[in-house]
Amino acid sequence: MIEVSELGRTFTVSRKAGRFKRTRAEVVAVGGVSFEVAADETVGYIGPNGAGKSTTIKMLTGILVPTSGRVRVCGLDPSRQRAELARRIGVVFGQRSQLWWDLPLRESFELLRHIYRVPAGDHAKRLEECTELLGLQAFLDTPVRQLSLGQRMRGEVTAALLHGPELLVLDEPTIGLDLDSKERLREFLAELNTSRGTTLLLTTHDLDDIERLCRRMMVIDHGRVLADGPLAELRDEVTPERLLVVDFERPCDELTGLPGVQTVKVEANGLRQQLSFRRDAVTAATLITMIAERSPVHDVSVIEPDIDDVVRQLYHR
Amino acid sequence: MIGCYLRITAAGFHRFSSYRHAVLAGTATNIVFGLIKVGILSAVYLARGGGSIGGYDLTTTITYVWLGQGLLAVVDFWSNDELSERIRTGDVVVDLSRPWNLQAALLCTDLGRAGFNAAARFVPQLLLGAVFFPFHWPTDAWVAPAFLVSTLLAVLVSFHLRFLLGMTTFWLLDSRGVRGLYGVLSVTMAGLEIPLSFFPVWAQTVLWCTPFPSMLQAPINVFVQVGSVTQLLAQQLLWVVVLAAVGRLVLARAMHKVVVQGG
Repeated sequence: MIEVSELGRTFTVSRKAGRFKRTRAEVVAVGGVSFEVAADETVGYIGPNGAGKSTTIKMLTGILVPTSGRVRVCGLDPSRQRAELARRIGVVFGQRSQLWWDLPLRESFELLRHIYRVPAGDHAKRLEECTELLGLQAFLDTPVRQLSLGQRMRGEVTAALLHGPELLVLDEPTIGLDLDSKERLREFLAELNTSRGTTLLLTTHDLDDIERLCRRMMVIDHGRVLADGPLAELRDEVTPERLLVVDFERPCDELTGLPGVQTVKVEANGLRQQLSFRRDAVTAATLITMIAERSPVHDVSVIEPDIDDVVRQLYHR
Repeated sequence: MIGCYLRITAAGFHRFSSYRHAVLAGTATNIVFGLIKVGILSAVYLARGGGSIGGYDLTTTITYVWLGQGLLAVVDFWSNDELSERIRTGDVVVDLSRPWNLQAALLCTDLGRAGFNAAARFVPQLLLGAVFFPFHWPTDAWVAPAFLVSTLLAVLVSFHLRFLLGMTTFWLLDSRGVRGLYGVLSVTMAGLEIPLSFFPVWAQTVLWCTPFPSMLQAPINVFVQVGSVTQLLAQQLLWVVVLAAVGRLVLARAMHKVVVQGG
């Protein structure tokens, strides 16, 4: 679906140097990024502000020409075949609108049908589907300017899907949405991917989006791919330590001599102890058995590192 | 293909029809200024003791006032700065990534707007002038269709000039200065304040070499039958073709700037 190799983009910026003099400097926004996305994958593309995410998206959709490297989306060269590509992919910009501010939602959709030249039957079917799954019925006849952000985003996603795209690119789709709206949108997108096989590529700062939606995560910073793989794998690779919290029946001395285990904290005279262990050195089950042999255990819990921690570690790598 | 652009035109009509109170307020303002202009220009004729200035007698001049006030919203010299706003905020990215010709799409939206304003703003003021004031009705049957064509051409000239103005935002980042200057100069040079026939002959010669009279004075002259219709229409058409071509070129440059240079 997407093939990118050694993709790079530099910008020339001129800076003031003295009263009339200006110097030109090259800023690298994306420097040699390579990846492939297969059909019906769901990929989360994340990175801190200014990492080069939006620049990449712009090159994928053809509104920016790369300075080096190669891009192919749906087998097309985005910047050369922009109009053709536009009919085959859907793009949602969380911070921009593709709807008409003063027109009712329904009319914006109808206009898009003509712009994308979608047969009336297909259009009606897709619109009905989105209306039902996203609950648009109540505000289909409301002018876009009167919609809440959550309602508008549902409208935006629908607008991007009416021409039946093979690939849906979402740039921060959940920005500013409340928890309920986020959840609803994620559910819809997940469903879209499983039932229709639409490939999803999304950028986000909300890591729950990734956790709930993306089987694969790509982390980019300073224009380079830092990590690429399934979330679980990246988690093991970056933060191999897990935390084991043990509550004992009665106070017990600090546990020592367990292989590959470090005590993090001893609370309430040893009634609760927190241990960190490497998953590649010992399994949680073995560890629990070993501990239970020493003193009766009341409760245990294994804490996985937060996705935020994983990402923070990656950014600092 | 055509269906798409017709649809955009209809949507343009609908979009501008959603602001009823703005239409009322705008028309009221036009009428107030119309009354002031009728007062001043009548005083001029009274002081001169009647007669005609460059084909404009008192009745023609009053007719000119109501036509001009009514056409103001149809032709639109200032109000529509949507394009530069979208460029400034970056929303133009959405427009650029659609499978359409941006210039044609914006033109269609503008035609829809002009069509709505012709019905909502021009017709009432034409009737007001015709019912309550001395009015010059055209004496030939061909004047009405010629006036329609001339008005359409005037809207096209105005659109292409505003399009160019909006496109400057790609380089200037803020087009308010240019648009302010344009707003002040264009209306006077188009003949909104006083008929261009009142200007000294040398100034008239200069003004008619610019696209501005094609936006207002030309359709009015067609209506009140001053000057040669064929010449007026030919001149308007020429400007439409030239400005459309320049606009196309500038859009291509802007696309190059955004897409290739990444500005």
